Amino acid sequence: MPEELYEIEATIPPNPIEEYLRMDRMPHIWCPGCGIGTTVNCFVRALQTSGLDLDKVAVVSGIGCTGRVAGYMNLDSFHTTHGRAIPFATGLKLANPGLKVVVYSGDGDLTAIGGNHFIHAARRNMDLTVILINNMIYGMTGGQAAPTTPVGATASTTPHGNFEETFNLPFLAESCGAVYVARWTAHHVRHLTKSIKEALGKKGFSFIEILAPCPTLYSRRNKLGDGLDQMEFYRDQSEIKNGADTKTVALDFQGKIIVGKFVDKERPTYLEAMNAHYQKKLGERYVPSDEMRKVFHV
Amino acid sequence: MHADPIGVLTGAHFIDGDHACSEGAIAAGCRFVAGYPITPSTEVVERIADRFPFVGGVFIQMEDEIASSIAIQGAAWGGKKVMTVTSGPGFSLMMEHIGLAAMTETPCVFVDVQRAGPSTGLPTMPAQGDMMQARWGSHGDYQIIALCPNSPQECFDLTIHAFNLSERYRVPVMIMMDECVGHMIERVVIPSADKIEVVDRKTFEGPKENYRAFDAGRDLVPMMVKAGDGYRIHVTGLTHDEKGYPDMSVSAQGKLVQRLMDKIRLNADDIVLYKEENVEGADVVVVTYGITSRTAIPAIEQARAKGLKVGHLRLIVAWPFPEKRIRELAGRVKSIVVPELNMGQMVYEVERCAAGKCNVVSVPHAGGTVHQPKEIFAAIEKSLRGK
Amino acid sequence: MAQVAEQTKKARGSVVIAAERCKGCGFCVEFCPPEVLELSAEYNSKGYHTPFLAKRDQCTGCDICGMVCPDFAIYGYIIKKKTKEA
Repeated sequence: MPEELYEIEATIPPNPIEEYLRMDRMPHIWCPGCGIGTTVNCFVRALQTSGLDLDKVAVVSGIGCTGRVAGYMNLDSFHTTHGRAIPFATGLKLANPGLKVVVYSGDGDLTAIGGNHFIHAARRNMDLTVILINNMIYGMTGGQAAPTTPVGATASTTPHGNFEETFNLPFLAESCGAVYVARWTAHHVRHLTKSIKEALGKKGFSFIEILAPCPTLYSRRNKLGDGLDQMEFYRDQSEIKNGADTKTVALDFQGKIIVGKFVDKERPTYLEAMNAHYQKKLGERYVPSDEMRKVFHV
Repeated sequence: MHADPIGVLTGAHFIDGDHACSEGAIAAGCRFVAGYPITPSTEVVERIADRFPFVGGVFIQMEDEIASSIAIQGAAWGGKKVMTVTSGPGFSLMMEHIGLAAMTETPCVFVDVQRAGPSTGLPTMPAQGDMMQARWGSHGDYQIIALCPNSPQECFDLTIHAFNLSERYRVPVMIMMDECVGHMIERVVIPSADKIEVVDRKTFEGPKENYRAFDAGRDLVPMMVKAGDGYRIHVTGLTHDEKGYPDMSVSAQGKLVQRLMDKIRLNADDIVLYKEENVEGADVVVVTYGITSRTAIPAIEQARAKGLKVGHLRLIVAWPFPEKRIRELAGRVKSIVVPELNMGQMVYEVERCAAGKCNVVSVPHAGGTVHQPKEIFAAIEKSLRGK
Repeated sequence: MAQVAEQTKKARGSVVIAAERCKGCGFCVEFCPPEVLELSAEYNSKGYHTPFLAKRDQCTGCDICGMVCPDFAIYGYIIKKKTKEA
């Protein structure tokens, strides 16, 4: 046996991301070429270098293909009802502000049925990291139109083509008060990992939109090839414009994709504002919860 | 365990049912409330908003009832005792999340200060039209517990009891108040904290490898943990196994749903609660709950004054329904009269349990105000005149 | 064997492939910067063609394949080479 080969084989490190996943539940349910797993890879790698205590990171998902992410993470994870991950996460965070609460859900879940909660949590600057996987379709239920399905695209509930305008999600998030707004695609693995790490480290409502392929439904129905074709499309059509005006980053059907970090600003989070306000108004009489004291030193 | 004195306003108060409910929640240890304004329940959260900053609680007015009903569940998994408050239209919006709480066995309290419905109805006027909805409102098979206070004092006492039941059985508990009880002002005596018993959820403290989040012992109630304690739990509304992992199999469904049902049904003897007066030897029993229990009293007294043997059974816990007692009474009495501020809801439970062994008479009311005692008296007399 | 050893000795990195988990999407092959991966003619028990390290000596261990894989079926690592003194 050649000596070098033996030595090298003996030091193969285990896959470092496996401890972040529920490997007893693999393989996952996502289709071949689906981009969700790729985004989870980036999320895990961001967690690895974030310095966060993993016992204090909680993931909250809604319903849909992306909603299944909670079930595969080896963290305290909550698979809630359709559209309601954000209010659940709000309650979790307010009960224990020492937790880092991540909402990981899909475009339909967070902006259609969940739209109201999305805008209010951003308005309040609730300290949540919201990772939205945008595959421009309702995948889990068979490919219905979402508020992000581009004009002209076909979906099962728009069989003659979609004529509704879409949300420009970064613009929506910024206008509601999000303090961190970025968009990447599943192709931009390094940028995405760095962006997630920044969002995790930032206080307040951080929002990352990630375009990801849905080969089985969106791509197939619209004759866009498979997952790899979509990933190549992201590579070819994306333009990184950090700091771009979010009004200008709307997406259309197979058009240019502006990616980048668009907003990164500071303002008091909901809890910072709450504690400061009560301290000022009530002085010595204010009794914060024990968990609040630990985090905000009130 | 005793109540934390910081939250207990010991003494005699002259307050309405809504405010008494707020105090009951605080005394019970509730420290997170998410709510949305809706008449006639709003005063509950208004008082909570006022008091919470002094007792370590967090109140947030969410953007709607749907958000409120799930925000409390997030907080429950963050370790808090939680409550939300609403009336009919909001209660309807909360149904999906009541099912989620039942499925994930999340301890939480839902207060419904009932008003006349359906739909927008009479927002400022009383009714008892949500009783069946409390039991069956969400989809699928599940169990809940529902209590019916009939006075501001009971609004205080039964709110504490609701929290204790919710923690003990890890089940959503409804407090079915009505506008009348909620807005009437009466004397409410709040005892000292050491006289108030509070129950906390059973928590698991062992090593992570030994923890099975939804594995239950003989009482069918699994031990709970909270996010942040290192157990790396997974909680889902999907049908799940003992680990909490989704399990899309018929056998997992059968096992889980059966346990969720049995958890309340087989423990019903410990949960069922009612008050009886003159029921022994009665020919007629009047079954009531909430405000109607008070309007029935003059009618019952009038009937007794006329020599009729009338007893009174007041439901304090409406769900689970006291099936055993009603079955037993039906075999001994001539009739059961059920006045309700609705077009007949709990009367169907009485009929079901009476199984034809006695006459069952409904005294319905579309709502908006309380019964006239003479309506109930007439029904008592009529019920004795045969089927 | 000796040829593999020679190539591996030269390479900065290598990959580990969990073939049974792979769904043959082709991301790793396409996005590998030094283009050292190819889809194999072999397939796993689910019928997917899995990748293999075709150019062993050129793998840089950058782990782009690991980051881009949606199925956690491949990862790259930098080979720890033991020195002669060890």
